[in-house]
Amino acid sequence: MKVLVAVKRVVDYNVKVRAKADGSDVDLNNVKMAINPFCEIAVEEAVRLKEAGVATEVIAVSVGEKSCQEQIRTAMALGADRGIQVETDAGVEPLVVAKLLKGVVDKEQPQLVILGKQSIDGDNNQTGQMLGALANMAQGTFASEVVVDGDKVNVTREVDGGLQTVSLNLPAIVTTDLRLNEPRYASLPNIMKAKKKQLDVYSPADLGVEVTSHLTQVKVEPPAERKAGVKVADVDELIDKLKNEAKVIS
Amino acid sequence: MSTLVIAEHDNGSLKGATLNTVAAAQAMGADIDILVAGANCGSVAEAAAAVAGVGKVLVADNAAYEHQLAENVSLLIAEVGAGYDNIVAPATPNCKNFMPRVAALLDVAQISEITSVESADTFQRPIYAGNVIATVQSSDAKKVITVRTTAYDAAPAEGGSATIEALDAVHDAGISSFVGEEVAVSDRPELTAAAVVISGGRGMQNGENFKLLDGIADKLGAAIGASRAAVDAGFVPNDMQVGQTGKIVAPDLYIAVGISGAIQHLAGMKDSKVIVAINKDEDAPIFQVADYGLVADLFDALPELEAKL
Ligand SMILES: Cc1cc2nc3c(=O)[nH]c(=O)nc-3n(C[C@H](O)[C@H](O)[C@H](O)COP(=O)(O)OP(=O)(O)OC[C@H]3O[C@@H](n4cnc5c(N)ncnc54)[C@H](O)[C@@H]3O)c2cc1C
Ligand SMILES: Nc1ncnc2c1ncn2[C@@H]1O[C@H](COP(=O)(O)O)[C@@H](O)[C@H]1O
Repeated sequence: MKVLVAVKRVVDYNVKVRAKADGSDVDLNNVKMAINPFCEIAVEEAVRLKEAGVATEVIAVSVGEKSCQEQIRTAMALGADRGIQVETDAGVEPLVVAKLLKGVVDKEQPQLVILGKQSIDGDNNQTGQMLGALANMAQGTFASEVVVDGDKVNVTREVDGGLQTVSLNLPAIVTTDLRLNEPRYASLPNIMKAKKKQLDVYSPADLGVEVTSHLTQVKVEPPAERKAGVKVADVDELIDKLKNEAKVIS
Repeated sequence: MSTLVIAEHDNGSLKGATLNTVAAAQAMGADIDILVAGANCGSVAEAAAAVAGVGKVLVADNAAYEHQLAENVSLLIAEVGAGYDNIVAPATPNCKNFMPRVAALLDVAQISEITSVESADTFQRPIYAGNVIATVQSSDAKKVITVRTTAYDAAPAEGGSATIEALDAVHDAGISSFVGEEVAVSDRPELTAAAVVISGGRGMQNGENFKLLDGIADKLGAAIGASRAAVDAGFVPNDMQVGQTGKIVAPDLYIAVGISGAIQHLAGMKDSKVIVAINKDEDAPIFQVADYGLVADLFDALPELEAKL
């Protein structure tokens, strides 16, 4: 079975992103970019399915500017067989990404599509579910375990209070949570090999999708700053402060 | 203008997150109805009807909705929501699962985790782990929105007298089914609603040591949380994770024990009223957001704190 994995190019998770002083946008000058951590987990899961003989081919897809080919190459270095870039401007909304991914799904007919649960830049947590609705596929979001079983897949999900397991008809959507697996590192030979793997580029028009915009970013600003606190000398002083200064305990 | 609020519940009781969401819906200035989708969920509908400021409670009571399977519930909400200007739900794991499906079915954007309503079409929401607050304006006629519940005080649970209307629409997409769940029951307050939260990190060293937090939590009526590192290491279950990709909390008092203060953890707790950090490394970033920092070995500080409270 074919597995499609969606990978997004985002600011590296170690970077503390700030709003520009004029509030027009975030300042992404010279910051390190990387594959979204949840997408890395998605790639790892797909590659493990291939290593287990469940998947036959793993295709990594990214929607964005040409620079996102770097993240597709990363996915291929981790074991994806080939890549697809859907070329758009940066900042395409999740609904449109989902429509473009639906276009790729129609072309490739994968049995499983694995996405991250959330991009760490926009913190949307939407695309996988939207793709599910557009493609009329079942979804296992926030997955911590994925077991393919014939024409079904069992997904264990991180939910309020613990874990829930659902059984989904294939083809299906999975979105990854942090505990699904621990991604491997790409080896140097695999990074070299990835450079030679096939990478196709489509335009939204190739997929029959119109890029629309539903939201406008009016401004961005820093969150309310916390005022600097104090260090207390010992437990007694801590209790005293909480009781008599902050008045949060009695 | 009209707003449909999606109830968060477990078929037995209405969850507090619904009340915060009603408060956000009130800020939108529209008439509010509540949709309860579940099975044998009559008591939830009654609780929803008692919430102040609600006009009508719509109940879809059917086995297809028992486990809130996204494939089924989204079809129902998209159908019922067709008559409303706003469809609003709390940003709980459950509603995050199906709301984007609703938006896609209606061909509109979803606006995730709003923290403020600026006008009928303009909202604020944190992005980049809460390091930036974005103001976004929607051009969609119908708005699908999830609400960060910590940004709103709960609407009063009593005082309303909404009418209850049963819906017969049954949507069973037939492509997914519930297999089972492992849900921990706890006597402690819910993490996202507790007035006091005490969280442990990697510094706790193992799950057994989380017992050191129990006695303090008992005395303070606190919920217990954790960092990702503590969850990944298997010290405690996943639903205790506080942070950008876990639960967002904003209690009156947050006590971080053996937690370094990574951006992703701060994203989940930095709107707490008072923050206490206990860490043996005086340079730990958590101290930059802590109102009161105690540089100490947690294995000394916790027993002493419990004894002296
Ligand atoms: C995509 C992504 C999402 C993430 N989401 C989240 C999230 O939602 N929530 C989250 O928490 N993290 C999240 N993280 C992880 C985050 O980056 C940090 O790795 C994590 O928060 C670290 O946890 P920690 O502070 O417990 O561990 P560490 O950073 O290892 O810190 C342990 C601390 O304990 C202190 N300590 C050790 N022993 C003692 C002692 N005896 N007494 C006192 N202090 C002691 C140390 O000084 C240290 O400061 C995410 C990361 C990624 C990439
Ligand atoms: N531009 C994109 N290209 C490829 N995949 C994406 C893109 N945007 C989002 N995704 C996928 O959808 C997941 C969730 O993203 P989001 O809905 O933006 O939080 C990501 O982890 C990716 O797997």
